[in-house]
Amino acid sequence: MSENGVNGANGVNGNGLGALALVPKADQKQTLKDFKTDQEVRWCPGCGDYAILAAVQSFLPELGLRRENIVFVSGIGCSSRFPYYMNTYGFHSIHGRAPAIATGLAVSRPDLSVWVVTGDGDALSIGGNHLIHALRRNVNLKILLFNNRIYGLTKGQYSPTSEIGKITKSTPMGSLDTPFNPISLAIGAEATFVARTIDSDRKHLQSVLREAAQHKGTALVEIYQNCNIFNDGAFEPLKDPQVRDDITIRLEHGQPVVFGKDRQKGLRRSPSGGFEVVNVADVDPSDLVVHDAHNPDPSQAFALSRLDSPSFEHTPIGIFRNVQRASYDELLRAQVEEAVEREGKGDLAALLASGDTWRVD
Amino acid sequence: MTKQVQQLDRVIIRFAGDSGDGMQLTGDRFTQETAAFGNDLSTLPNFPAEIRAPAGTLPGVSSFQLHFADHDILTPGDAPNVLVAMNPAALKANLPDLPRGADLIINTDEFTKRNLAKVGYTGNPVEDDSLSEYRVHALPLTSMTVNALADFDISKKDAERAKNMFALGLLSWLYHRPTEGTIAFLERKFARKPEIMKANIAAFRAGWNYGETTEAFSVSYEVKPAEHEPGLYRNITGNTALAYGLVAAGERSGLPVFLGSYPITPASDILHELSRHKRFGVRTFQAEDEIAAVGAALGASFGGSLGVTTTSGPGIALKSETIGLAVATELPLVIIDVQRAGPSTGMPTKTEQADLLQAMFGRNGEAPVPVVAPRSPSDCFDAALEAARIAVKYRTPVVVLSDGYLANGSEPWKLPDVDSLPTIEPGLATADGGDFQPFGRDPETLARPWAVPGTPGLEHRIGGLEKADGSGNISYDPANHDTMVRLRQAKVDGIARDIEPLAVDDPSGEARVLVLGWGGTYGAISAAVRRVRKAGRPVAQAHLRHLNPFPANIAEVLRSYDRVLVPEINLGQLALLLRGKYLVDVISYNRVRGLPFKAEELAGVIQDVIDSE
Repeated sequence: MSENGVNGANGVNGNGLGALALVPKADQKQTLKDFKTDQEVRWCPGCGDYAILAAVQSFLPELGLRRENIVFVSGIGCSSRFPYYMNTYGFHSIHGRAPAIATGLAVSRPDLSVWVVTGDGDALSIGGNHLIHALRRNVNLKILLFNNRIYGLTKGQYSPTSEIGKITKSTPMGSLDTPFNPISLAIGAEATFVARTIDSDRKHLQSVLREAAQHKGTALVEIYQNCNIFNDGAFEPLKDPQVRDDITIRLEHGQPVVFGKDRQKGLRRSPSGGFEVVNVADVDPSDLVVHDAHNPDPSQAFALSRLDSPSFEHTPIGIFRNVQRASYDELLRAQVEEAVEREGKGDLAALLASGDTWRVD
Repeated sequence: MTKQVQQLDRVIIRFAGDSGDGMQLTGDRFTQETAAFGNDLSTLPNFPAEIRAPAGTLPGVSSFQLHFADHDILTPGDAPNVLVAMNPAALKANLPDLPRGADLIINTDEFTKRNLAKVGYTGNPVEDDSLSEYRVHALPLTSMTVNALADFDISKKDAERAKNMFALGLLSWLYHRPTEGTIAFLERKFARKPEIMKANIAAFRAGWNYGETTEAFSVSYEVKPAEHEPGLYRNITGNTALAYGLVAAGERSGLPVFLGSYPITPASDILHELSRHKRFGVRTFQAEDEIAAVGAALGASFGGSLGVTTTSGPGIALKSETIGLAVATELPLVIIDVQRAGPSTGMPTKTEQADLLQAMFGRNGEAPVPVVAPRSPSDCFDAALEAARIAVKYRTPVVVLSDGYLANGSEPWKLPDVDSLPTIEPGLATADGGDFQPFGRDPETLARPWAVPGTPGLEHRIGGLEKADGSGNISYDPANHDTMVRLRQAKVDGIARDIEPLAVDDPSGEARVLVLGWGGTYGAISAAVRRVRKAGRPVAQAHLRHLNPFPANIAEVLRSYDRVLVPEINLGQLALLLRGKYLVDVISYNRVRGLPFKAEELAGVIQDVIDSE
């Protein structure tokens, strides 16, 4: 973690514990099977959600946490069925509200590893307010945002991440509104951990989950996910072996940002303040941008998030931002402890009799 | 000069001024002095929603009414015997409530041409004979205060601001109030501004001394302490009592209290109060909106906390979907609605009882929720405990319907013995080796197991989708849905077996008319019933604490009387429920003015119903 970690409010520092320090460990080695339920999975055949589910189920044994101390909370939408398929505790809640419900759970239970599963409609449209506030508070939550750029469960309307001009059932002449870039939004909302990965790249997905799980505070992981019914091929260029290496920028902390089949392209600061793509061979290596996910200043992470374009000219994936800041739940616990330390544990009779009292004999 | 002391059995004082004049503080202090003296009392603060409405205008008038007596009283009083009017707006706004012969203390300094014109006075009522029906004490309160503070190193503005303490001192002399409490209060309040503190104390004493020496007041009044049961007492508002009740529920259940809340008038004080009690393990979370507030509370309940959310009517509207989720997932949740005048934003600082049907039915689908209503400010403590008891025992959201009058009004409260408060058994589920049924039910209560994350062997998934009876798996089976809808209803209906039957007060046993109320109207209805009985007419009274389910004996009670009168500060919401459920044609009496009922008015209504027999 960063040496430049930012302290919490009121000068209260984080206690240095990781995100999972208070979550009890399993006695026995776990396998993928331990996290499967007996429920029939009801996503459409070929849905990207299957790959994400399998990746999560095969990743969790690695954390070695007690199954009963893991909770998946979701909202409404295709992705939000996720908790039913995880043999942990789970809460399938209401549209957009999963971050709020998970906040109450995480704040009151530091011994739990709490995951939120949401989609682009759930998190960015109806639940946009809860998402940004969870991010700024830095509650100990891991938010997996399945972004398929379409409404699936309601059968194919455009979403807040659909590209402008999207022809859908509700926009026969094309959608009119500019989409959100979830990474830019999260960084703007003071998020401490922001990453992007792809449903079909299990290795990359799991590497991001690994970092997210250990992050203290809110982690937002955007997962590009294919909806093969209503928006098939939305991320095809990033998956097509012919072109994907040319356009995917794999962010690695501490490494120069280079990409391309032969790692021939890199980034350089442009005079306008953003980045420009350059041929590595043409520039002084010291001019190449080195990725620093731990930089307290979010400007560079934000600039990287702006490299996206609808035409997939170049799309960064990986961890954009990963900084330390005391989590909300940790600070609240510290206040409770401080109150007990300062005034002693609460005494109900004394509380009732506080203020002006008089006795009648 | 020896002054005459006159004995009174009760007095109603109203302090009225501009919202910047400190009338609420003045009223509060006079209340504390009165409580300490041992009178019974009841208060009615009445203030605008605007923090600082334009100075000197009618909408900016803030008032505080206090009724105190040497016997037990039930309401803040219908009409003041004494009005303190700090400016022309306060006089104009409150004069219609003043009965002939009442005392009127007027701050003449504020009766300038400009201030008079602001509220539409063409002449000065203090100088013409328009106030001849009253005993007018026209006093230059502001300039007397400024003169008394001439030696203090404070600005003229600060000196003028102390005029409320001068008025308080004068009234304290007039009614023989003890002063130590107010002096100690000022010392605490202005501990960091010693000069202001000394000035305020000096103004307070100057007001007292003025009363003693002036010829403007030849009589002072004594109201003897009331007979109270032995015990330790304090004065308490409804909002504070609710907060204490929630802390008590946490202590008596061993569950940590988690409050998710979003600021809203008139409920915010509960959030303020609870945020100060972290040493009880109470966690307060000021959410980004009403929806997140209840969502976080429900999430905390899922994790084994006593989840609570506090709000007013508009907030309930926003929380409805989550309350429905709590019904579907059958988790404990306490929802406090401090009702205010609606619809929409309505009149945020004014009271009303018009959220009853919203609490009962304001959700999609068949979503029964128990509803509990406190009857007085101190009763809010017991109502909060009762709501938590039902929520935890039956794994259900419970709505507490307080109101703006109970929230800010106050009365003396005999402190309960903490050890005798009811205990609440969380009864959290643990694995017993069998096949865990998250929606299996206790045969008696029909409550499902509360299996919190962290409990090994009970991993399960819940949510808003319909669940199969027992296993809790998603189910679209038609017969199962019918079963589950009925089970959830039967669970809530069954609470009727676990609550006090409706008690009827009918001392003569000859009453043919029953007055049935609910919630914050208890004081006014009871006072009205007393008047009617005093006039020799028998009348029975009952008051509902539980609105859903109703007490088991309610049908029998309703049928025992020829006429049932139901006064409500709405357009007949309880009446609608009673007619629909019990086919009894109750008489609905309604006034929706943002104010509590007046006892005299209700007494007249009761008389009319008896006479029409």
